[in-house]
Parts: sequence; C-alpha cells; structure tokens
Amino acid sequence: MSIKLTNVTHTYGLGTPFEKTALSDTNVEIHEGEFIGIIGHTGSGKSTLVQILNGLIKPTSGSVTVDGTDIGKNTKEALAVRHKVGMVFQYPEYQLFEETIARDIAFGPRNFGLSETEVEDRVKEAMDFVGLDYDTYANRSPFRLSGGQMRRVAIAGVIAIHPAYLILDEPSAGLDPVGRREIFSEIQRWHKEKGVTVILVSHNMEDISQMASRLLVLSQGSIVLDGDPLSIFAQHGDELQKAGVAVPPVNGVLQYLKGRGLAVDDRVRTVEQGAAAIYDCLKGGTGHAH
Amino acid sequence: MLTDITLGQYFPGTSFLHRLDPRVKIIAVMIFIVAIFLANSLESYGIVTAFVALNFAISRLPVRFIFKSLKPLWVIIIFTMAVHVFATPGEVLWQYSVLHITKEGLYQGALMTARLVFLIVFSSLLTYTTSPIVLTDGIEHLLNPFKRIGVPAHELAMMMTIALRFIPTLLEETDRIMKAQTARGANFTSGSLIQRGKSMIPLLVPLFVSAFRRADDLATAMEARCYRGGEGRTRMNELSCTYRDAIAMAAVLIVTALLAAMRWL
Repeated sequence: MSIKLTNVTHTYGLGTPFEKTALSDTNVEIHEGEFIGIIGHTGSGKSTLVQILNGLIKPTSGSVTVDGTDIGKNTKEALAVRHKVGMVFQYPEYQLFEETIARDIAFGPRNFGLSETEVEDRVKEAMDFVGLDYDTYANRSPFRLSGGQMRRVAIAGVIAIHPAYLILDEPSAGLDPVGRREIFSEIQRWHKEKGVTVILVSHNMEDISQMASRLLVLSQGSIVLDGDPLSIFAQHGDELQKAGVAVPPVNGVLQYLKGRGLAVDDRVRTVEQGAAAIYDCLKGGTGHAH
Repeated sequence: MLTDITLGQYFPGTSFLHRLDPRVKIIAVMIFIVAIFLANSLESYGIVTAFVALNFAISRLPVRFIFKSLKPLWVIIIFTMAVHVFATPGEVLWQYSVLHITKEGLYQGALMTARLVFLIVFSSLLTYTTSPIVLTDGIEHLLNPFKRIGVPAHELAMMMTIALRFIPTLLEETDRIMKAQTARGANFTSGSLIQRGKSMIPLLVPLFVSAFRRADDLATAMEARCYRGGEGRTRMNELSCTYRDAIAMAAVLIVTALLAAMRWL
C-alpha cells in the first residue's frame, strides 16, 4: 500500500505566456506508516506536489497511483480514492462554513456516505482528538472561536474522514508556540495510534526534524534529497543550503562543535536532546543522546 | 484553474493608441460613436470603415480580436439584420407566404448591421488598449466637473479600482476553498440543479466571510494611512495630454466634420 508518483511533471498555464513548470519528472513512493516531512523554499513545488498526491490537480504527464489505483486520468477513480488521502490546506480555518462545529466536522464523513450514527461517532472522536470537548463545543458556531481553535476544528474535519494518508500543508502557520506544540503533538498522536501515514509540509526544519521519519527536500520543482532527516543533516548540509533551507539550529551547533574537535553526537531531534548530548560529551560519556 | 482567466479585455502593448491619454480616448470614442450615426450613404460608410480599420491597424491587435469583440453580441446583430431585411417595404426580390425580401431591405439591413459592427468594434478598441485602472482614472477626471452637483467622482473611481484589484484575489480564494472542500468530498460538478445549488454553500459562506474580513482589513489599513477621500489629494501618476492626444483628437474631429458635411451639404 503506497502512493506512487512515476515521472510526474506539472506545468501551470500550459500554452499561455505565463507557462511555469512547478514539478518536473518526479518519482517518489510514499509507503504506509511513514511520517514524511516535505521542505523547500517558496515556489519549490511543495504545494503542487501535495495537491497531486490526492488528485486535486492532475499531472501534465506521468502517473499517480494510490494503493494501486491510477488517479492521474480518470476523475471517477480519483473521487473514489479521495477519502483515503486527507488534505489539510494552509490556513484551513478559512474553509469553515457550517452553523455549528459538529456539523462542519460532519461535512466530510457525510460526503463519503457514512450513516448518521457513524458520522456522529466520527465527529465525537475527531473533536476529542483535537482537544475540543464535545458537550461544550458541538453546538457552537465555528466563527466564534479563536484562531487556534478554528484551526483545530478544520483539522478535525479532515481526520473525521479517517484518511489512510494525511497531508498537512503548514498546519502551524500563524499560531503561537503553545498552539504549534499542541497541534503537532495531536498529529503525532494520530500517526502513532492509528498508524496513519502523515505527510507534513513545512518551512520549519525544526518541526520536521522532531517528527519526520523521512525527509523530502524540494528545489525548483525537483526532489533533490530524500532520506532519514538526521543523515541528511549530517551529510548533506551543502545541498540543503543550495535548496534554500537550513539544518536546524541545534544540529548546526553540534556540527560546529564536532568540527572543532568535540566528540559530540550530532544526531539529535530536539534542543533537549542536543543539550543532553553536549552534557554527556563534556562529562566524558559516549555522547549517547537517546 | 480559475486563476488562469485574464481580467477584462486589456491587451498590453505600446502602440500609439495604447499611449493616448485615457480622457482623450473616452471623449474621442464618444464623438466617433455619434459620427457613425451621421453616416447615411455608401461613401460615408466607406470613410467610417477606413477609419475603424486604420485605428485597428495602429493598435497592432491581432485580427481575431475583431471577432472576439463581436462574439457576445452576434444574436443582436443577426436579429437587426433580419428585421431590416424582412420588414422594409419596397421592390420585392423574393417571397414566401408573408415573408418577403426587398431590395431596399437588403440595402438597409447591410448598412444597419455595418453600423452596429463599427460601434462595437470601435468602442472595444478603447477597452483593448486601456488597462482597467487607467480607464477608471480617466473616468474620474472626466467626472470631476460634476462634483459640484454632488457626483462623488473620486469615491466612485476608488470603488471601481478596489473592486478590480480584488477580483484576482477573490478568484484565487475561490480556487483554494473549492479545492479544500473537494478534499472533504464536496462535489461541485454533478447532481441535479438543486443539489448543485446546495453544494455551493460550502464555497460561498467561506468566500463571503473572507471578503468581509478583507474589506475590514483594507478599511483599517486605509484609515491608518489617513485616507480622507478625494479632497486635495495628489496622485503618483498625473495624466497629461501630449502632441499624440492632439493628433488623435484632430483626426476624430476631421472625420466627424467630413461625415456631417456629407450628410447635410
């Protein structure tokens, strides 16, 4: 079970003076259960790539298969697999429209033909998951919530569909640090508990470093790096820089220390682990940080 | 994608017509439209044809733009022609029960159709060669004298400019929301008329919410920059008439005078 892109190219405005190739000849396979981070400079093709993954835009050439079904050409089949690939857009709170929170979250499950009792269960579960108490919030208007709460309602609306693949485009944009942490811990929990494949698009390498098991780096419409984030940070710093993104600051510091002769372990995911690695090293330990 | 459509009819260029002052262009078009109605003989129609063709050549627009401008109005054109061809009394050339075509009808029909076509083609030259923003600027200037009788010229122009400015933004927004709801299983393209109408709600509600939010933000931003309306306001690009505008105006006036002379002398 996987999403597979074969020689996918996408060009906007084909045949007009504004023609622009956003993605060129891309091959990638996304396996079930992975937590993928996608990073890249503005205009590197991230958004195009994720929209192709669930058939919202059709590739100009090449094929896209979701669990073996080709969604590149036939719209009917694309619709059938759409509930397998959930997509949370940037600023998803701007897509809320219903009178009550519960009904807005129910929109997706209802569209995919679930029975009313199933829909209600899904709504309860999704609200519970994003930390909104059902009894308190179910019948409130989504437009009276704070920005962070609105975003959670929007994310709940997508996870209520129970997609096997969950794509999130900058889910933390514009949130304060507390809101960021909460949203990310919810996503991680969903990934672990449900075994859902998560594809996270972000500008922030630290977020990706903390969560992703695999990192895709995009630059000018191509995937330039693909692999374990820690290995990429350790071995491909130059390529990252060329792609316009940077190693997370903590890894940067550790790499610098290592370069100056300190036997420190630079394969860490968080600042806390980094601090522990330095501490271990100075104490004369092995630098084991996990 | 929705955002692929171009705004208005403007075809960017640097021709003589493109560089004319918008005020001159608007007035010239109005004068020439009256002049077209003065034409009543084959010779005068020849002059009108030549002048319209000359302007089109100067504008360096692709020829298909002539047809593009006529496309939305072809029903009216055909209807006008038919009414004249069938309803003018005179020497009968062909008859079928109550329908009859007369020599005078054919002549009248051809002239009326030509008049209509010239009206449309010439006035669309204005929108082809003038960007909507510049056009609004020109309209504001022309309305300025009417401020005394209470026409809010600046406010009208500002409203038009803002509306034009936000059309691409709203289209982009529509595209985004449409995709987001599609990802949640919404279907905008199939179903009965009522179903399709209902399916617009998840699109329209967020669109209105965001339009109001944007309007509010814009109002705040304008207020923060001390915007006070038209009174005593200077502008970044002053409109100015040059020798070009004099030439263009003279040409239109000469042709109009010629047509008036042919009609009444």
